[in-house]
Amino acid sequence: MGLMERIFGHGPRWGVHPADRKRPAADAPLRTLPLPARLYLPLLQHVGQPARPVVLVGQKVLKGQLLAEPQGRISAPIHAPTSGTVAAIGDITAPHPSGLPFSAITLASDGEDRAIENEVPADPFALSPAAVTELVAAAGVVGLGGATFPSAVKLALGKRTEVTTLIVNGGECEPYLSCDDRVMRDFAAGVVDGVRLMMHALGAREALVGIEDNKPEAIAAMSKAAAPYAEIRIRPVPSRYPMGSDRQLIQTLTGKEVPSDCRAADVGVIVNNVNTAHAVHRALRQGEPLIRRIVTVNGGAVWQPGNIMAPVGTLASDLLAFAGLKSEPARLLMGGPMMGAVLPHALVPMVKGTAGILALAADEIATPVAGPCIRCGNCTRACPIGLLPLEMAAHIRVDALAGAADLGLSDCISCGCCAYVCPAHIPLVQYFSHAKGELWAQERSKLRLEATKRLAAARVERQEREAKEKAAAAARRKAERAAQKAAEAAAAASAPTEAAT
Amino acid sequence: MNSTLLAAAPPTAPHAVAANSVSRIMLTVVATLVPATLYGFWLYGWPAIDLFLVTILASLLGEGICLRLAGRRALPELLDGSALLTGWRLAISLPPWAPWWIGVMGGLFATVLAKQVFGGLGQNLFNPAMVARVFLLISFPVQMTAWVAPLPITAELAPGFVDGLRIFFSGPANLDAVSSASLLGYAKTELSRGIDLMHSLAASGAPGNSLAGERPGSLGETAALLIAGGGLVMLFMRIITWHIPAAMLAGIAVPAAIAHAVDPLRYLDVATHLLSGGAMLGAFFIASDYVTSPNTKAGQLIFGAGCGFLTYVIRTWGGYPEGVAFAVLLMNALTPVIDRYVRPRILGRNRRGAPLDPAIERAKAAP
Ligand code: SF4
Ligand code: SF4
Repeated sequence: MGLMERIFGHGPRWGVHPADRKRPAADAPLRTLPLPARLYLPLLQHVGQPARPVVLVGQKVLKGQLLAEPQGRISAPIHAPTSGTVAAIGDITAPHPSGLPFSAITLASDGEDRAIENEVPADPFALSPAAVTELVAAAGVVGLGGATFPSAVKLALGKRTEVTTLIVNGGECEPYLSCDDRVMRDFAAGVVDGVRLMMHALGAREALVGIEDNKPEAIAAMSKAAAPYAEIRIRPVPSRYPMGSDRQLIQTLTGKEVPSDCRAADVGVIVNNVNTAHAVHRALRQGEPLIRRIVTVNGGAVWQPGNIMAPVGTLASDLLAFAGLKSEPARLLMGGPMMGAVLPHALVPMVKGTAGILALAADEIATPVAGPCIRCGNCTRACPIGLLPLEMAAHIRVDALAGAADLGLSDCISCGCCAYVCPAHIPLVQYFSHAKGELWAQERSKLRLEATKRLAAARVERQEREAKEKAAAAARRKAERAAQKAAEAAAAASAPTEAAT
Repeated sequence: MNSTLLAAAPPTAPHAVAANSVSRIMLTVVATLVPATLYGFWLYGWPAIDLFLVTILASLLGEGICLRLAGRRALPELLDGSALLTGWRLAISLPPWAPWWIGVMGGLFATVLAKQVFGGLGQNLFNPAMVARVFLLISFPVQMTAWVAPLPITAELAPGFVDGLRIFFSGPANLDAVSSASLLGYAKTELSRGIDLMHSLAASGAPGNSLAGERPGSLGETAALLIAGGGLVMLFMRIITWHIPAAMLAGIAVPAAIAHAVDPLRYLDVATHLLSGGAMLGAFFIASDYVTSPNTKAGQLIFGAGCGFLTYVIRTWGGYPEGVAFAVLLMNALTPVIDRYVRPRILGRNRRGAPLDPAIERAKAAP
């Protein structure tokens, strides 16, 4: 890097450049995990409604058989990763730092790995886009980059709004992780096929595959596999965290900025991860639902770090035992070090969205003591969204949540760049998560209050109306009675006259 | 939000942090000041060294006492280096042969009244070193404008260690013999006497303005090139960004160039302005102080340009020959205003904070 570049900066103006620590794990050949004895499949492994079990305890199931069906508009089914018996349906520890129990199906493997026969369309490109989307939905494919949004719901957006560009995310900007790198190196043809299938489902004209330039092998493999297809372009992007974030990648590749209240589809773009593309390929070409994935097992405490093809539902402890531990991990993470969540212990299953299990040694984790903000502005320069983390934190510290919201708190993507660069080691992301949670709760209680008020008002109105109606009816009856009486009186009065005449 | 709540929560992302810390930043800044300071020691000898040490000790003492009074453990916070840096900044902006009590008062004033009273690190509105310097200048104008001509420590006439201490505690035996005006002060006085620059600068008694900095001034002022070099190192190490220094130097240079072009007999040229007084020190080491400058790039450009322009205005038309300290303090006062109105644009929103129009973004062609 030249002196001028060093002083005036180069490449993207946002983000950070953490040590990527991807190699040697990324270069180790992909290994396949021997079938674990038990798999634990949470019913909620995706954004949206949890799936509903369609099997009973004790039931024998085949590999690929439906275990739980989607409920609601945004949901995804869950399939058996191997053949065996449903051992339990109930609570297990969730892959979440809270360690709260989570509803899951426990599957005891029978070791035979017998698969169900799934029909595969002869030529998926002959199918209508809607039919392809159907098949993707039935295979339970969700976004494997970590967002776990049901892929079919995303593909269906192509019907509602015109999507011209499919962006394929091979950025993989989180340090330590290399499962995207590996899928592109080892299954480039499958990834490209999945990209074409998704383009077909979306009606997209072009696909841009963004790959960070720290993965030359993946770029080479993908370029070769995509060479026959002019509509798919492999686009190396600078290695910069968080390049793999949708908005950043879209802006880097297309120059478009997704308006803050819109989805990417509103500007004609859809982003999907390379592993998702491969899952779509497997679903349509091999009839294999999403029951396994590549997961990176890495970190200073791991003996043989690398990528492992493992069934969904495998316990982190099984993965760690397979890769071996050379020391007691100081911290276990699911996901990367920038955004990943701490695991309370290793008896937690990996889910569809798990890109990595990290066992970090003590010298790899940050435990510095927070000091006062020195207003160095590092956080502001690093924020990829253009927020002022120090100002937001100052507001949150004194519980001025509205002030933090005015500064754009809701636009924060929790990427952690600000906390990463803060020399005072202020846990900025923790502040923001806390405030977002509070604001969300306030919003909810406000909505509830409003709903209650509306109901109360409606009741008062109804009561008033009823009272009025009652009064009106009473008045009417009274009037009628009065009229009757008057008529009777008149009749009575006229009678004597008559009699008199 | 409650800090015990934060401490009890499980560790959250990010789990990695950049290898950086407050003390690393402060000590790097100090390290980049070392060459200029050592050069100043050589130029001004033992009295300057004594003053420097006493000023820094007084700053540290003031900080330590305040931390103890606040019931905090003083040592770890003293080690963050910020008090050292404040003392250093002040020390190198004092007249090198100023008496001991100037250093003591200045150092204590900087950390106690200008920093800790505001709430400590990160809370002060004004640059503590400059507050202290201006306080001293206003209270003790004689001592604070008594500059001496450089007398390298190796020179025969230079005071030795013992003489240095005597000068430090009781002042030079014959101040007039060693005193000298700084170039800016000299030019100003001569102009006010009706002598234009062409004649005054050519006169034999005019203070030199060599690039090497052998001219009267404070430790941090004479070695303009060493200061600028230290500043470049800070830029290279990304301790500071170019915005404030560049804007401040431009803020001085542009009006100086215009005025000099219009009337070279009344207005000093650009090089003189940039190389004399505290221009370089101010641009790289004073104005760029994090705490008291805006935290956005655009805000920093405005701030820097303001510091530079005000410096020029004070130097040229104000009552003092040098204006860096006043200019920086004035702009410090404006920093909250700048920070309030100059904010970065949020991604996906326009400058006013409203979401962008999706139709326009959709129509954008790929680059
Ligand atoms: S976590 Fe939020 S505030 Fe911090 S850098 Fe990321 S987007 Fe900006
Ligand atoms: S990076 Fe940390 S110390 Fe620097 S301004 Fe932001 S919050 Fe303050």
